Amino acid sequence: MKYPQELFYSKSHEWVKLKGDCAWIGITDFAQDALGDLVYVNLPEVGDEVTAGETFADVESVKAVSDIYSPVTGTVAEVNEALLDAPEAINQSPYEAWLIKVEGITDREELLSADAYQEMAEAEQK
Amino acid sequence: MKLIFERGAEGRGCSILPPCDVPEVEFSRKRETKLCLPSLSETEINRHYSELEKQVYGVNSGFYPLGSCTMKYNPKVNEAAAALPGFSGLHPLQPEHTVQGALELLNRSEKALCEITGMDRMTFQPAAGAHGEFTGLLLIKAYHQKRGEGEKRTKILVPDSAHGTNPASAAMAGFKVVNIPSGPDGCVDLEKLQEAAGEDTAGLMLTNPNTVGLFDKNILEITGIVHGAGGLCYYDGANLNAVMGIVRPGDMGFDVIHLNLHKTFSTPHGGGGPGSGPVGCKEFLAAFLPGKAAERREDGTYEFETPAESIGAVRSFWGNFLVVAKAYAYILSLGAEGIPEAAESAVLNANYLKKKLEDIYPMAYPGTCMHEFVMDLSKIKEKTGVTALDIAKGLLDGGIHPPTMYFPLIVHEALMFEPTETESRETLDEAAELLRKLYRTACENPKELHEAPIHTPVRRLDEVQAARKPVLRYSYDL
Amino acid sequence: MGAYIPNTEKERWDMLKAAGFSDFSELYADVPEGIRLKGSLALPPGQAELPVRRSMEKLAGENQVFAHIFRGAGSYRHYIPAIVDEIATREKFVTAYTPYQAEISQGILQSIFEYQTMICQLTGMEVSNASVYDGATAAAEAAAMCIGKKRHTVLVSGAADPGVRRVIKTYCFGNGSRYLEIPEKDGVTDRGKLSELLSDETACVYVQQPSYYGCLEDMDSLCEMAHGAGAKLIAGCNPISLAVLKTPGEYGADIAVGEGQPLGIPMAFGGPYLGFMAATKEMFRKLPGRIVGQTVDRDGKRGFVLTLQAREQHIRREKAGSNICSNEALCAMRAAVYLAAMGARGLEEAAKQCAAKAHYLQKALKGAGLFREHSGEFFHEFVTASDTPAEAILKALERKGILGGLPLDGKRILWCATEMNTIEEIDETAAIAKEVTGV
Repeated sequence: MKYPQELFYSKSHEWVKLKGDCAWIGITDFAQDALGDLVYVNLPEVGDEVTAGETFADVESVKAVSDIYSPVTGTVAEVNEALLDAPEAINQSPYEAWLIKVEGITDREELLSADAYQEMAEAEQK
Repeated sequence: MKLIFERGAEGRGCSILPPCDVPEVEFSRKRETKLCLPSLSETEINRHYSELEKQVYGVNSGFYPLGSCTMKYNPKVNEAAAALPGFSGLHPLQPEHTVQGALELLNRSEKALCEITGMDRMTFQPAAGAHGEFTGLLLIKAYHQKRGEGEKRTKILVPDSAHGTNPASAAMAGFKVVNIPSGPDGCVDLEKLQEAAGEDTAGLMLTNPNTVGLFDKNILEITGIVHGAGGLCYYDGANLNAVMGIVRPGDMGFDVIHLNLHKTFSTPHGGGGPGSGPVGCKEFLAAFLPGKAAERREDGTYEFETPAESIGAVRSFWGNFLVVAKAYAYILSLGAEGIPEAAESAVLNANYLKKKLEDIYPMAYPGTCMHEFVMDLSKIKEKTGVTALDIAKGLLDGGIHPPTMYFPLIVHEALMFEPTETESRETLDEAAELLRKLYRTACENPKELHEAPIHTPVRRLDEVQAARKPVLRYSYDL
Repeated sequence: MGAYIPNTEKERWDMLKAAGFSDFSELYADVPEGIRLKGSLALPPGQAELPVRRSMEKLAGENQVFAHIFRGAGSYRHYIPAIVDEIATREKFVTAYTPYQAEISQGILQSIFEYQTMICQLTGMEVSNASVYDGATAAAEAAAMCIGKKRHTVLVSGAADPGVRRVIKTYCFGNGSRYLEIPEKDGVTDRGKLSELLSDETACVYVQQPSYYGCLEDMDSLCEMAHGAGAKLIAGCNPISLAVLKTPGEYGADIAVGEGQPLGIPMAFGGPYLGFMAATKEMFRKLPGRIVGQTVDRDGKRGFVLTLQAREQHIRREKAGSNICSNEALCAMRAAVYLAAMGARGLEEAAKQCAAKAHYLQKALKGAGLFREHSGEFFHEFVTASDTPAEAILKALERKGILGGLPLDGKRILWCATEMNTIEEIDETAAIAKEVTGV
């Protein structure tokens, strides 16, 4: 299980890459492993507003659907449309398979460091 | 196996219609793309479907204990009755005096089903259980709106053990869904219900017996709490087979219900439909019913009437009429004494099978069950690595249709068995024997079960690939 | 007897004891005493098969089955090849459940996959689902597919079947979207009124081809108008007509739906019927209900499964786009067998004969003083008006065993002809009408 040091993490298993007032959001290695083979991802549209702590997308496996929560508040600037045809990228390389890029961030929830998240995830596994 | 499109050859076909006896006409907006349909002789079509039929498991292929689906025997006389030209050859918009038998059938079916459920009126428009739920919730919505509380009462309470259709139907009817957690006994947690019920409650949806196969003995308290908060109580009739003729939803405090004629009343499932999901209600909701009711006039003739404040229509015409005809034939066959007898035998068969398995398969809820019971295989999974899915697939190799898997959601590794009353003792004994054998295999050679099934026309299918790269039709241009 | 229970009384007692009970009443120990049914149900006693059959035959005998039918309006009498009934009544197809266990359900799954393919062929659309209840609920479900946060008005053509309109309206009452009707003009959608009604709140426009009055809509221009306003176009189609008329795929509809009853399904006093639904690549993930997909098994062998299930109620629960689970699978199989038996040529022939006979009927009725109300092209239905009361004409026909057209009001009649109507019965019908009108 990978927990890249340069990223921040939410308690609901999203990762965030912060750069200025932009953020890229994806789901963690731990999350993709727990969800199993993903078969589709429902993404928001460019221009949609996202709110910290609220759902902005969902990912589907064969027998389940899971909401993805935004750790930040802002506007969707880009969506990773490649995932629509190849959701398996999230399973294969979760930290490259970002879902959305958010700009104009005005708020964000309390984020965890890689070490803190790893500790939380490992505890959850037990 | 070949697809129907991969058989035959250009130019083959059947001779069905005679030449046209009147002059042809032309249209200005014609189809431009070539229509590609199979080019087959009648022999080839027949043989194709015979091949397909070999790869289907029907109610009489063997034991079919699919929980929550009530796969009882589908009596042949029902089929024969529904196939009578006097039913199948009727246009739905014929003058009423030419369809008196059909109207009488609807009227009598309504009366009989109201008697069985303790309701006052019923519509046959809904074509399936989920369709009935949606219809019933619209009645609840119309009721609150008429009382000026439509804006306020926006929430439907649904236990977390409910069928997925319950919350989905509530959302379709414009309600917000409030999940009510089940207690440790699998029944409604009265305290949680009390907390959730209030001025914003439009109603509660409940199955009783519930989806874990238990009769919720607090049912009067439950319906009382909801009524006390000003809400209405909706009965999901999926599990009525356990209690018909024993206790009636109307007497449990329910205001509106749906039935699944294709479960409780023995009409076949057709590989996924047609079903029929009539909705019954108490008198105070009857004016809102959709469609038209077949009423008996004083002179003994019948006519259609639209309820005064009808919500409209949820389907064209009068619903799945032929399915209602089959159910009516079933009611005639069983009669007053046969209906509770069927229920009691369904409960007996479930308890008998449960007893034969409970020493090795942990039951999610011990004690007396109704018409179905739920096993929890999580301990077996922990011990052997064999999952509920593996056991189900092992049953396939043994020639038994597996029970419902992974439902209800509140039980992990759930397998839900509903034997129904139409199975003999030997069938139950054989099923128990096979399940015991599978348990031994799980302990001794779990790998064998991970590999199952091996004797079926195809083996486990790659569902991930099917969903990731959907191929949803044959492409002629390939 | 009677309840289809194999075990004898004695066997049941033995089973009861083996299950650890001493009396049957113990099975219902959890049912509170106060609500248990006292006494027996107020129903007649159970009956043996023969009397049940007689009762059902008596009811069936109290209906009149017309040998000559000129009524459509949403339910059509077409010829059903013998092989359709033969295949669709085979026990395993009739009695199987929804194919959850794919390994032992390939026959059902493949038949649905083949049905989906045929619906795509007919409509010219990309993806079909496994069916919904009927044409009206298909239209209502299609409208629900289009509703979004910003667009929540559903425009429905006033030239569409009133039964279908009522169902769409009722579904809109449920989901809270706005239902508006576009007035009808000369038997088709009033395009001037449509352009006034279109707005940035319009989710979709529902149009029926041919219209309820049998008239052909200019679907190209209606599509263009809907799309110009950013709305979706839902086409409600008669499946037989698709063999000869421009398809939804060709004129650019987003969703094609319709009543599949004409495809080998008996009129049966209104059901069971078959709602077909097909969509473009852009819309298909919003389709409700079951969809079958092709895949491979562990040995690489081709097989079929229910797929894209994460759209559905059992997984998505209150967030699902629809609650449908049971559909009309056996009716879909009927449609597939019908289409296979007819083939492309046979279906085209059926469509052409429907139109030809309807046009011949229209001319014959004109000779009897019943004049067509609308001016545009029509398929196999049309409306006549006359000063003679509709009831008088229809009664006269009924006396001769003919079910005439559907009276729309005192003066107007909606007629239909199909390949089932012969030139002789059309001539006779016109002659009877002529006697009544006295033309």
